[in-house]
Amino acid sequence: MPSIVAHFDVPLVRCLDAEGRVVGDLPPLASDTETLRTIFRAMLRVRLFDTKAVALQRTGQLGTYASCLGHEALHVGIGSALRPEDAFFPTYREYGTQLWRGVKMSEILLFWGGDERGSAFAEQPHDFPWAVPIGTQTLHASGAALAFRLRHEARVALAIIGDGGTSQGDFYEALNAAGVWSLPAVFVVANNRWAISVPLAKQTAAQTLAQKAIAAGLPGVQVDGNDLLAVRSVLDDAIERARRGHGATLVEALTYRLSDHTTADDARRYRSKEEVDRAWAEEPLVRLRRFLTERGLWTEAEEKRWTERCQEEIEEAVRAYLATGKPSPADMFDYTFATLPVGLAAQRAEALAAVEAAPHG
Amino acid sequence: MAKITLVEAINLALAHELAHDPAVVLLGEDIGPNGGVFRSTVGLQERFGEDRVLDTPLAESMIAGLAIGMAAMGLKPVAEIQFSGFIYPTVDQMINHAGRLRTRTRGRLSVPMVLRTPSGAGIHAPEHHSESNEALFAHMPGVRVVTPSSPRRAYGLLLAAIRDPDPVVFFEPTRLYRLHKQEVEDDGEALPLDTCFVLREGRDITLVSWGAMIHETLEAARVLAETGVEAEVIDLATLSPIDYETILESVARTGRLVVVHEAPRTAGLGGEILAEVAERAGYDLAAPPIRVTGYDVVTPLFKLEHEFMPSVNRIVAAARRVLEG
Repeated sequence: MPSIVAHFDVPLVRCLDAEGRVVGDLPPLASDTETLRTIFRAMLRVRLFDTKAVALQRTGQLGTYASCLGHEALHVGIGSALRPEDAFFPTYREYGTQLWRGVKMSEILLFWGGDERGSAFAEQPHDFPWAVPIGTQTLHASGAALAFRLRHEARVALAIIGDGGTSQGDFYEALNAAGVWSLPAVFVVANNRWAISVPLAKQTAAQTLAQKAIAAGLPGVQVDGNDLLAVRSVLDDAIERARRGHGATLVEALTYRLSDHTTADDARRYRSKEEVDRAWAEEPLVRLRRFLTERGLWTEAEEKRWTERCQEEIEEAVRAYLATGKPSPADMFDYTFATLPVGLAAQRAEALAAVEAAPHG
Repeated sequence: MAKITLVEAINLALAHELAHDPAVVLLGEDIGPNGGVFRSTVGLQERFGEDRVLDTPLAESMIAGLAIGMAAMGLKPVAEIQFSGFIYPTVDQMINHAGRLRTRTRGRLSVPMVLRTPSGAGIHAPEHHSESNEALFAHMPGVRVVTPSSPRRAYGLLLAAIRDPDPVVFFEPTRLYRLHKQEVEDDGEALPLDTCFVLREGRDITLVSWGAMIHETLEAARVLAETGVEAEVIDLATLSPIDYETILESVARTGRLVVVHEAPRTAGLGGEILAEVAERAGYDLAAPPIRVTGYDVVTPLFKLEHEFMPSVNRIVAAARRVLEG
């Protein structure tokens, strides 16, 4: 008989079910009513913003846009769990986190509107911009966490990645480095079941994605990603653990991409309406609203007022976005290096002369 | 002052920056107690500690990706890739992130990192240890590519690369690591980037090269001088962005140009230099310029490496063709 030399468990954390009923231990946050209300307002705000962004794309006023519909608990959960001095490494749909951390709605629109100035983040100094290549950002988070560790700063780097991203080598390399050096990092897998059109079953034969932590010597935890209280419970522990110098954690958040992959995608080509309807029954806003309402912490009237306020803010952001003119063609050159090299200066002059000679191409 | 080899000059520059800038951190495979497979980091972990000189897990994309994250958070990582044939996994990180971050964030974040790697053939190394792949990186906007050709330039250019606020890929010619010695003063004086070095002045023909091939090129110039031909030899040193002004000024005087590089010819930097000279100074040329390069073949195992690399004879023959043309 072979002896068992190692044994691993993957816990699943849930606090509320889809109807907002308590099904697990509640974290201290559950009794911090003011914070909970702030978080719910942020979830509602990003839902409204996202709806507007999709509408802008559909009416030709925005480029391809990646919706965050259905991820609000996870994204706002991350935003509210991090401290300002921590660093966040997004993929490309974590607006709930970014808005919480100072990124402006108008900046998000600028980015998807084809303008690098959207990543200049006037009020967020160190978070990384969107990472489209898939998985690469996890290594940046490990690198940032390594910098924090080497400088003895009590800061945490948090990277998010999708279920498809866990197939990338960079993802495993980032976990492995975080394990070796016991880095102050948290890796969150947003398992929304679909990598564009490829379902999780075709992505991996692993029973969970959280168990991918095990090979790197990290704890892996599964959490209901549509359950804000569970998300915060797991993240608060993981972030605290990282901040205390006890190492990194992989969190697999179970959620569902209720939208198309991006506005350039049509998910009806590869998944059924029944599946999406079932996922809508699990969506994150309903259960937290019910949890708050049943405890007298939220009312319909309040939601109406908040929605109106958000709509005003969103309209203002859209106006600012639409009023932002094209960047100068000189911008293509001026940030390539800290100082413009001679040859690039000549190309810059060439570009500007070409624009002057034929302003409309 | 003691004479030292190129690899010792690299070590000297790394030690100087570690001692003078607390933001500098070295990372790579086997760079700690082992001192690097070529011994370029020997003694550095012992002297500066494990928080300044880090042995990493064996993953090249990881090394580049970590360096990007570290650099964006205010460190100055100097990462080592063990051999140039192992550098390809870093391409994604270097082109998609290192070279883009400043532009994408309009300067909010930048990547002051160095990716060092040994490069080139000629030391009887195993497979994947002899490639010259500088052109891959020279094609990346926002990334500098630098290569030294002597101990003194290795010291000065590496200091400059580490202090540069943008990513630099630094190719170290393995064939020169221990080929000869030079006096190098540890004075912390960096050499300028984006600048060619004229190593030999001459009125008859301009020979442009870089890295290890500088030595065959200088030898070819000496052979040509025996027949009264005075060749100007220019060390490109920064391979991207290229200092064309020095080359054009030389070609304006000589009217003749040969570019020598070890990397394969097609889409190599030789073609790029010839094109730029043709566009900007075609009428200065008295004869068609020529490239002397590695062939468009897989870098051969070492029994044939000398037939692959440009030889003194090939450079002299090319120069004579241009002189007669």
